[in-house]
Amino acid sequence: MTTLTKPEGAPAPTGPDSFLSVRDLKVQFSTEDGIVKAVDGLSFDVERGKTLGIVGESGSGKSVTNLTILGLHNPASTTVDGEIVLDGKELVTATEKELEQLRGNKMAMIFQDPLTALSPYYTVGRQLSEPYMKHTGASKKEARDRAVQMLEKVGIPQPKTRFDDYPHQFSGGMRQRAMIAMALMCDPDLLIADEPTTALDVTVQAQILDLLKDLQQEFGSAIIFITHDLGVISNMADDLLVMYAGRAVERGTVKEVLRTPQHPYAWGLLSSMPRLDGDIDEALTPIPGSPPSLLNPPTGCAFHPRCAFTGEVSGSLCTDARPSLADGRASACHLSAEQKQTIFIDKIQPRLR
Amino acid sequence: MSENLTLPTQQGSTGTSTEELLRIEGLKKHFPIYGGFPIKRKVGAVQAVDGIDLTIGVAESVGMVGESGCGKSTAGRLITRLLEPTGGKITYSGQDITHASRKQLAPVRSEIQMIFQDPYSSLNPRQTVGTIIKSPMEVNGIDPAGGRENRVRELLELVGLNPEHYNRFPHEFSGGQRQRIGVARALALKPKLIVADEPVSALDVSIQAQVVNLLKKVQEEMGIAFLFIAHDLAIVRHFSQRVAVMYLGKIVEVGDRDSIYNRPRHPYTHALLSAVPEVAMDDETESRERIRLAGDVPSPIHPPSGCRFRTRCWKAQDKCASEEPPLLQISGNREGHLTACHFPEDPTTEARDEDVILDPALKALEADATEG
Repeated sequence: MTTLTKPEGAPAPTGPDSFLSVRDLKVQFSTEDGIVKAVDGLSFDVERGKTLGIVGESGSGKSVTNLTILGLHNPASTTVDGEIVLDGKELVTATEKELEQLRGNKMAMIFQDPLTALSPYYTVGRQLSEPYMKHTGASKKEARDRAVQMLEKVGIPQPKTRFDDYPHQFSGGMRQRAMIAMALMCDPDLLIADEPTTALDVTVQAQILDLLKDLQQEFGSAIIFITHDLGVISNMADDLLVMYAGRAVERGTVKEVLRTPQHPYAWGLLSSMPRLDGDIDEALTPIPGSPPSLLNPPTGCAFHPRCAFTGEVSGSLCTDARPSLADGRASACHLSAEQKQTIFIDKIQPRLR
Repeated sequence: MSENLTLPTQQGSTGTSTEELLRIEGLKKHFPIYGGFPIKRKVGAVQAVDGIDLTIGVAESVGMVGESGCGKSTAGRLITRLLEPTGGKITYSGQDITHASRKQLAPVRSEIQMIFQDPYSSLNPRQTVGTIIKSPMEVNGIDPAGGRENRVRELLELVGLNPEHYNRFPHEFSGGQRQRIGVARALALKPKLIVADEPVSALDVSIQAQVVNLLKKVQEEMGIAFLFIAHDLAIVRHFSQRVAVMYLGKIVEVGDRDSIYNRPRHPYTHALLSAVPEVAMDDETESRERIRLAGDVPSPIHPPSGCRFRTRCWKAQDKCASEEPPLLQISGNREGHLTACHFPEDPTTEARDEDVILDPALKALEADATEG
């Protein structure tokens, strides 16, 4: 079980299984227009060998969270608060040198767009071997053997000759495979995949997702999988975190969140998505309005301007008080548990079939 | 000649409309590639669209799906005559517009409109929303009763924007709102056909449904024919009465919605449908077939001989390489459901006895997993 604490609560000792634990993480950027609260009090845990999915719309803070874990934010304009503990090591206060030893070694990242993430100037092989030589002290020859082996593992034909190719000589799907190979070179314990298949076609996406799943079984890495596609997450993740406006609004196992969602935002996401076997004559039910600006997010619950159920909550709780996210399976909403259940069964579930 | 092998006469039977608005036959677009030094000469061509046939009826919504690079956007631009076709024929309401001049096209242009994919680059940032929506009327010299400005306000209201925002600039709107402006602009001339090229793929999930609902409302209430180009199969299914599946410049399968989604025959359609990630709402979802192709779409500069899908097809035989399959109503298909395949699949999307896994890496990993 993934256990999580309240964002407001004191940092709890991490469970024995939790490999990465993020506590009350706050990331703020100072911009010309003011302070952007990109992530605002986020806590989660990831276990070894498990996949945590993070879904949310653009600007919900999902990518920023993971760049912060890797320490890839710009320290000049960013303030980071809270705790990130990777295998007993605190990352927020770690120096650049310490982070460098972890990056590409203990934790690795797969980026969304492989064409911009790979350097056009170096061969794919060189980009694969460099971190391996740096972290393990291997010779050029050893690194080459390892890289060829990894390229073969991710399904690149003729890996020996492809080793010396440049990224532009690869197709989109192959580039993403090369990125996966690069991330797995040092056998990382934590793999962060930030929308790894969004730039790919569906048939290639299906290949890459299955490949990632199979590789995880072999390598036993923990994966944080970021996406906006609920269908993709449903196939990939064990646990799921739904983010909205820099905060987690719902958490649970994938099955729990997707089959019996509790938060109005999760309801909205699920019922606005057309399905291959859905009723065609039924109009889709979109979420009204658009995502809030993080420069000045709405008061109280950030979702209240778009929420259809604020009337069910007594008084002005939704506009005044920010709902907190409890431990374990939970959702950050002022509706009572019974209300959530009745609304879901009466109004939401019929739309999903 | 390969382009003569199709049977376009069998299309257009949707039940909703029998009257034909647009017909394309053997439509081709080859983009030349120049190379050589010092004198540049043509060394090849990207065969983006290579002989497609399609009809669109009055007030009918036709979907076009396929992966990137299959020529679906090029097809859309050819139909709106934003590109000059290399070959084939486009007939709009009985009039041949394949190579019509600017002057000849002028009356047709106002009847065929386009909605573009990226709402950030398809609106002029220096013009106000009012100017953007008004300009099609100015160009075509249309003076609606009550004045152009009044009409713009009506249009803004119709697409769900505040008419008060007439004087605002595009940057003041969010992505979904900008796409609504694009829709209003397309509607300004009361068109008969709208080509929508990936109209929602640049939008957030929660906003996509808003725009899809708007387009559907417009299509149904105003009786406008739509060519809806998208790569998202679930959205196309929601929107279109008839669907064409493209692969590498060709239409490989076309038919009514039910035939394509529930009774597909072409192996590529099967692979596409099985690759769509779906939220598993219950444990029964395992009953869908699982097909994992190998590699990527081949280059349209040197497409494979014969059937273009054969290099990634699990049923390919010698015949597929030598002979191009015609787009026909093969036995077992309903009327209007055409498939271009020598060895079609069974018309079902149920799970097979054995998954089709062509990807070598996946195959190896999964073999290891079952052994260990």
